[in-house]
Amino acid sequence: MFRLLWLIPAIPFASSLVLALVGSRMSKKVVAAIGVAAIAASAVISILTTWKFLVAPPPGDSYTQALWTWIDVAGFRPQIAFYLDSLSLIMTLVVTFVSFLIHLYSAEFMIESEGYSRFFAYMNLFVASMVTLLLADNLLLLYLGWEGVGLCSYLLIGFWYPDPANGLAARKAFIVTRIGDTSMIIGLFLLFRQLGTLHIQELMHRAAEQWTVGSALPIAAAALLLGGSVGKSAQLPLQTWLPDAMAGPTPVSALIHAATMVTAGVYLIARTHVLFRLAPSVQFAVAVIGATTLVFAGFSALNQWDIKRVLAYSTMSQIGYMFLAMGVGAWTAGIFHFMTHAFFKSLLFLAAGVVIDAMHDEHNIFKMGGLRKELPLAFGVFLIAGCSLAGLPLITAGFYSKGLIVWEAWSSPQGNPILWLAGAFGVVLTALYIFRVIFLVFFGEAKASVTKRPGYRIQIPLGILAVLSLIGGFVNLPPGLGNEPLFTRLLETALPPSVQDRFGLLTEMRSEGLLALAFLLGLGLAYLFYLRSRQWSTALTANRLGKVLHEFWFADWGFDWCYDKLLVQPVLWFARIDKGDVVDAFYTGIAGLNELLCRGLCLTENGQVRWYAASIAAGTVIFVAIVLFR
Amino acid sequence: MDAVFYIAAVTAILATLMVITRLNAVHALLYLIVSLLSVALVFYTLGAPFIATLEVIIYAGAIMVLFVFVVMMLNLGAKTAETERTWLKPGMWTGPCVLAAFLIVEVAYLLFHAGSLGQEAGLVEPKQVAIALFGPYLIGVELASMLLLGALVGAYHLSARKQQQLEIQDGVDSNGTRAVTGRDLTRSGAGGPSRAA
Amino acid sequence: MRRNLIFTLMSIEVMLNAAGLAFVVAGSRWVQPDGQVMFIFILATAAAEVSVGLALLLQLYHRDKSLDADAASRMRG
Repeated sequence: MFRLLWLIPAIPFASSLVLALVGSRMSKKVVAAIGVAAIAASAVISILTTWKFLVAPPPGDSYTQALWTWIDVAGFRPQIAFYLDSLSLIMTLVVTFVSFLIHLYSAEFMIESEGYSRFFAYMNLFVASMVTLLLADNLLLLYLGWEGVGLCSYLLIGFWYPDPANGLAARKAFIVTRIGDTSMIIGLFLLFRQLGTLHIQELMHRAAEQWTVGSALPIAAAALLLGGSVGKSAQLPLQTWLPDAMAGPTPVSALIHAATMVTAGVYLIARTHVLFRLAPSVQFAVAVIGATTLVFAGFSALNQWDIKRVLAYSTMSQIGYMFLAMGVGAWTAGIFHFMTHAFFKSLLFLAAGVVIDAMHDEHNIFKMGGLRKELPLAFGVFLIAGCSLAGLPLITAGFYSKGLIVWEAWSSPQGNPILWLAGAFGVVLTALYIFRVIFLVFFGEAKASVTKRPGYRIQIPLGILAVLSLIGGFVNLPPGLGNEPLFTRLLETALPPSVQDRFGLLTEMRSEGLLALAFLLGLGLAYLFYLRSRQWSTALTANRLGKVLHEFWFADWGFDWCYDKLLVQPVLWFARIDKGDVVDAFYTGIAGLNELLCRGLCLTENGQVRWYAASIAAGTVIFVAIVLFR
Repeated sequence: MDAVFYIAAVTAILATLMVITRLNAVHALLYLIVSLLSVALVFYTLGAPFIATLEVIIYAGAIMVLFVFVVMMLNLGAKTAETERTWLKPGMWTGPCVLAAFLIVEVAYLLFHAGSLGQEAGLVEPKQVAIALFGPYLIGVELASMLLLGALVGAYHLSARKQQQLEIQDGVDSNGTRAVTGRDLTRSGAGGPSRAA
Repeated sequence: MRRNLIFTLMSIEVMLNAAGLAFVVAGSRWVQPDGQVMFIFILATAAAEVSVGLALLLQLYHRDKSLDADAASRMRG
């Protein structure tokens, strides 16, 4: 079964190729069948591989399948090889399974859009790249997958390319993540230069042997890799692309910008955890970035009117939680949150897609209302996912994963109470913004009528994801609630165990209890301001200070404006004044010279017989002169 | 003999100068004939009697007569003299004069730097010319005959009346409205899809 | 440069004649028949060229009703 590992990326890649080459000539049914079946095959193989891994784990808890040697130059020999341990296993399983559900959803959702086969080709290519990234055994292959997902993200955000705004959003995403990618490739150069290999396990080995904790090289390497992660995962300061990426179709947002690509950064940090442990200052930076992003994004999410942008900022915030987990050394907790987040965030996006579609492409939550009677399924799953996101105690998956992270932020030796406070405050904000959306969209009086109801291909994925959002947390029960950390035990074969040694005022149960209170606080505030007395919320934004803050948080804390003034305008100005510089003058000069010659020679083509005769005569005379007087 | 040569040469040069400066076409033609005849005389003094004869008969006799025919047919007499007066301005002669001066310099250079003339110009019998034509220059003869054939056909075709040419063109173009004849079927088969569209 | 095409053709004849004269003189200087042979070919060429040239001239006259060389400049570049 492990020998089928290479099929997991290969099948979607092949189907993407087929769809790209001949897809436009096939009927939509066939295209959908190929696109969905490819991912289904990958998902099935992942599930079977997981089962096999759990039942009969390979020796050393890891399995490598080498396909061929990619490059062989002067001792640098990266291979196309797939490395399976519990970390990549869990992530591949989640990615392929959620991708399969989203593909099934988009088979119906995207049926009216033009470019149906193009869509599935891109989506399959994306899944193939993502799985390559996850299963790569060396950093160069990982970078290949990394770039592949970046490319597919660009192609899919700008999927409806006739609208230039979509192209702009796609370019913004690509360019901002590129900044991170550049940082990452420099990190790869550094690692190769210093340690002589890019094979991940070997690299971790050598780094642990040769580098001492806190010295300059691991700090530099880890910081550069962190740059890449920050770009891909849309954390501060490279987070500006994610809200604009919502210009793409909803399944794209669900798959790429909620469940998979944006978590690639988290995966990178988890994979190279040895480097981060060798550079504690960088690891602390990871935690700080995570904590600040989750608070910042929470405020921004609270002030959006576009339902998809709320969810985008929410994604940013939740990945902040994952970064926070990585930063305090709670490696398995971060991956656990990734899994539950994949379930409920993609579900939120898919349900939002149903709502938007039913309201004729209306994204503004203030123009929606009372939809719980019209779209009962969407309401139900959105509610479940929202509760999971906010962390409704005991019955939702999000509660367990988020609780674990926040507790580790307190108790880990690299954690500190401020980080715990940030995490807890984040819970308040999360509950507040998501219930704001729920109350505005599904409660209240109806503002517009609904014409479209989802079919079975949409209902099935929604249902499955809803169930997973509820029970997904039960694989890792904390000590006070059953003490069955199955998930953690599985992942500790690949990642270092988290240490909990600072207790002080809180125990795990008390932390969970406080989070439950935070959830209720957020829920209560949302109920007050958005369901019972709407006038309070309008009053808040109407007064002067409230208005300023509202605008500020709506514009994502002014980051876009800042980058525009600092970076974009100067570059444009420089490009403008450089338009006619010396090098350009050289080339335009050549063109101008040619033009001059052409115009000169054109004069000789005036159609006058006498002129032609005269030139012949003159030519002959000159020729004779040359021959004579040589 | 020398005197005849020099007189004929001067006559030729003067007559040619008159050819290129006359306004009346007929006058120019007549001067051209005089020039040709003088050159024939020069040929004779240089010991090429056969060529002299040919010059008179063919060049002055056939080609010039052709010119005279055309000029008479187009009635280029006094009328063209008027237009020529307007066209031929003195300033127009500068270019040609400059080029001619170059040429004269080159010819002079050639004459004075070439080998000496030495012996008297010899007589070449027509018989020798004939042997050369049938010997080494046989291909040239064939080519010249083909050239003349080509000129014949070309001149004939180019002189076809314009009316006939228009008729032939009409026949090819308006096939949409023509009645179907036997030729049409074969032609439309060759035309193909572009015609159907 | 003369504008009337008749004069152009006449000038061409003059040129051909002059070339032929040069050939004959050369042949006569070395007492060989080759010069005369060349002259015969030049004569044939001149005849061919005159006939075709005059036919073209007639066509041009029918078309444009004038013998102006500048009027026949439709093949401008």
